[in-house]
Amino acid sequence: MTQYDGKVVISLNVNGEVFEVAVRPADILLDVLREQLGLTAAKPGCLNGDCGACTIVVDGLPAKSCLMLAVEAEGHAIETVEGLGGVAAAQRAFVDGNAFQCGYCTSGFLMVCHSLKAQYPTVPEEYIIEEWLQSNICRCTSYNEIRKAVYMMYE
Amino acid sequence: MIPFNFTYCRPSTEKEAADAFAAHESEGKTPLYYAGGSEIITMCRTRSISPGCVIDIKNIPNLNLLSVDGNHLIIGTANTLTKICQSKLFPLLKLACGRIADHTNQCRITLGGNICGSIIYRETVLPLLLSDADITLFGPNGGRSASVESIFRRRLARNQNEMITQVRIPIWALDARHAHIKKTANEKIDYPLISVAALWKGETLRVAFSGLCSYPFRSKEIESVLNDRAKSIEERAQRASELLPEQAYNDSVASSEYRLFVLKNTLEKLLEGWENDSI
Amino acid sequence: MKKGDSAKILKSCDVVAEHSYHLPPLGHMAMEVRTAHAEISSDGGVFITSSSQSPYSIRKQISEAFLIPSGQIEVFVPFVGGAFGGKAPVMLEILAFLASRSVGGKPVRLTISREQDIATPPCHIGLEADIKIGATKDGKIQAAELIYRVDCGAYTDIAPYMAKAVATDCTGPYHIENLTCDVVCVYTNHTYATSFRSFAHDSYTFCIERTLDMLSEKCEIDQLEFRLRNIIRHGSQTPSRVAYTKSGMGDLSKCLNSVKSLSGWCGLNPTNIKKDTVRAKGVACIWKTENPPTDAISGALITFNPDGSLNLHTGVVEIGSNGATMLAQMLAEKLKIDADQVHIVSEVNTRTAPEHWKTVASLSEYMAGHAVMRAADDIVNQLRNIGAMALNRPNDEIEISHGRVFSNKNPERFITLKDLAQGYKSLSGESIGEPVLGRGGFMLKGLCLLNPETGEGKTGPQWTLGAQVVEVEADLKTLTYRIINASTVIDVGNAINPESIRAQIAGGMAMGISLSSREGFFYNENGVLSHPNFRSYKVMHIGQEPNYKVAFAETPDCTSPYGVRSFSEHGVIGMPAALGNALSLAFGKQLDTLPLTPENIWRTPTEDF
Repeated sequence: MTQYDGKVVISLNVNGEVFEVAVRPADILLDVLREQLGLTAAKPGCLNGDCGACTIVVDGLPAKSCLMLAVEAEGHAIETVEGLGGVAAAQRAFVDGNAFQCGYCTSGFLMVCHSLKAQYPTVPEEYIIEEWLQSNICRCTSYNEIRKAVYMMYE
Repeated sequence: MIPFNFTYCRPSTEKEAADAFAAHESEGKTPLYYAGGSEIITMCRTRSISPGCVIDIKNIPNLNLLSVDGNHLIIGTANTLTKICQSKLFPLLKLACGRIADHTNQCRITLGGNICGSIIYRETVLPLLLSDADITLFGPNGGRSASVESIFRRRLARNQNEMITQVRIPIWALDARHAHIKKTANEKIDYPLISVAALWKGETLRVAFSGLCSYPFRSKEIESVLNDRAKSIEERAQRASELLPEQAYNDSVASSEYRLFVLKNTLEKLLEGWENDSI
Repeated sequence: MKKGDSAKILKSCDVVAEHSYHLPPLGHMAMEVRTAHAEISSDGGVFITSSSQSPYSIRKQISEAFLIPSGQIEVFVPFVGGAFGGKAPVMLEILAFLASRSVGGKPVRLTISREQDIATPPCHIGLEADIKIGATKDGKIQAAELIYRVDCGAYTDIAPYMAKAVATDCTGPYHIENLTCDVVCVYTNHTYATSFRSFAHDSYTFCIERTLDMLSEKCEIDQLEFRLRNIIRHGSQTPSRVAYTKSGMGDLSKCLNSVKSLSGWCGLNPTNIKKDTVRAKGVACIWKTENPPTDAISGALITFNPDGSLNLHTGVVEIGSNGATMLAQMLAEKLKIDADQVHIVSEVNTRTAPEHWKTVASLSEYMAGHAVMRAADDIVNQLRNIGAMALNRPNDEIEISHGRVFSNKNPERFITLKDLAQGYKSLSGESIGEPVLGRGGFMLKGLCLLNPETGEGKTGPQWTLGAQVVEVEADLKTLTYRIINASTVIDVGNAINPESIRAQIAGGMAMGISLSSREGFFYNENGVLSHPNFRSYKVMHIGQEPNYKVAFAETPDCTSPYGVRSFSEHGVIGMPAALGNALSLAFGKQLDTLPLTPENIWRTPTEDF
């Protein structure tokens, strides 16, 4: 049985690279990504799992990194916007579709879209797109632009 | 950030988990079983709880089973809501899981976490209450099994040192006629103003509710009124709304009077669907 | 505000509509919570980094409160994760400064939780209103008596200015000769209030436009037609007695007629879709002028890079409204170069960027736009002078276009901007001119305080007017509804970046629909805010939004750079009103409170129109 007390060193596989980080068992993954690895794309918006700004992808599925302990991420593949390299279909679609304004929610939406595309290589039914994207909040856009960008991602 | 420290344990068997619980409890560390973690992390952040140890049970193989075995569907409680939805094995449970929180959170929230959570809604319990399901628990004194109906009274009656490991659902329920209606105040992604789960055993309608009172419940009195098909739909819905086990819930989401209005409309919709075979 | 004799005229009106309204306070809910960072160097330099719309106010307030010369204070604002007016007040910066000072100047970062960000910093005002409007039988408004009570919470912040803004535009964009309007700012035990996208215009507009629908029903005139008969026009004055001009206010009749076709407006009554289901549309007109200090300033600095591209420095904070991009477009247009040759310095440092009052009131394009125009003129003059010397031609022959400086007598002979902008070196090695640096300053002119007796006076440099329609499908049995379409036509003066302007307006509409359909602050019997997080304070998620249709009218404002009018806030203004009108029509109820939840609709008694 694995047991961690006090500060422990764990390995995290982030964007295909393995990092050793010293964490408290109570540290949430979001804080470790931002404060220790300098990966600040995932944003704290509510720390309550409600807004989706901190969404990353874990083993191919979206996850809110504010609701996950860093120690739970051991042995799992983590992806963040930094790993998309500016060239992912979702990123291009968001730029071309004018799908952000202040940009704070964008990383989270991008990771949901990136995971959606991996799970559904061809464009899924609209209700599935809505179900996935309802995990995130955007306060600036009208959502019409984000919806359009999801379809552009599949073009 | 969680503003205090705790010990983290990741056991690989139920026995290891229960032993870890007992050991940390004897050290006065107030351990908690931990699976998806959503509720525990948010409550730790606000210091609503402050466990000295969390025991992460979601990697235990028995808790990840999801298969039909003879006359039962067995669902390990560490299965996420998403996995249960994807399996499509129990359509009513799939509908309930698909309306809890949001999709990303459904990828983390486990069945066990939703059943044992402190939030009053526990919407996954409704299909279990209707389908004569059993639940298996495991603690330092070993395992036991009980019907959901007998063990779930307002909340799951378990000892703190017991984890729930599996639920067993009789296969008749898997392809039974069913319906699930969730009403929210106005935003879809929200706690239920009321959720109604319906399952027909043969020609008999069973119903259970969440959000309507301060706990999820199935009511045989309401069921017997709703099954009285000699009476009109409006009459049955009205009579059923007078049979709640306690006053309808009253909070900032909705007043009790409004919940009753929504209940009547929802029951009428359900009964209409039954009458005209659209369910 | 007092014009004519409203009491007397109201008595003689054929029809009078009178109603009271109650609107709760709301949260800004920017995705980034408020945060500030402070440190103090050993020689007394104060460094603040903040998520703020008002870096220069931070500098001023810390300077004044702690008697520190403003030159010792440096405020830095990176990209801001949404603001909507909620990051205009100075709040955490002062606490962070105090915290840093108490630990010998060490860096202190103060970030509040989402729960605190909702409950503690200033929010959207609440509003109560008593509205009375009278008209002739054929639907001409004769007089109005309006009382607005602004819930400013426990401290004033800038709520009195919002009360003034409500007064300035209190009738909506209509021709009303007899008017009495009192706006009272009321202290309450609520969260204190500050600016919120549209500066209170969404609130009073709900009250006015709901009452106009009641009036048009009484006159049995189509709601949109009723408005067309009463819109502000030549010969009209605003409540504060500013005369209507087309350049100053734009063309509202064009907006109304355009939104009529855009929305498929079909008139007076709801349409039956099926049993217990109807569709209905609601319309609202909007307008807004600004209420800045009469001496608000802005500025622009332009420097060249060796490749001939430019750097544009302004004090405009990028909060998601794309203001700096439009400034860059203006500069590029003026210099006849591609917009990608202008590099925007998006982050604001008060030590290097010229002061811009605040990034509020949708005034960036107007104020900073003027400054950029002047800086561009400054550059053109300098380039002309150097070009004239380098080409050995008279100054007035010199033209600048597409990165080239040349004489219009001989365009084939040219010098590139790249070779000229850092001073010119001739083939023989002679140095000519000096590096080109552009500078432009701007201060608002012609504004005044309101006359305390009559309310007369001009508070803002321009108006923006428009018309909005919301279409709903309503279930008459369950009192639930879906919003199907939302249309807006705004006179933006000149749509210099149509896609960006469309997105800003649609974003405002989305916010207006969210806040009027599901948002509001409610306090329990102990005065505690009942739901300070996104779990229970619901904003709209994707999947429930209507189809947004946006179009522009373009009546240039001749006082504004390229004729532009402000537009960033305006999408929000009429949405609560249009939604309220559509739902009132659909359900046959006079809805007079927000949010328009099914429960609130259920609570409202059914009334005969």
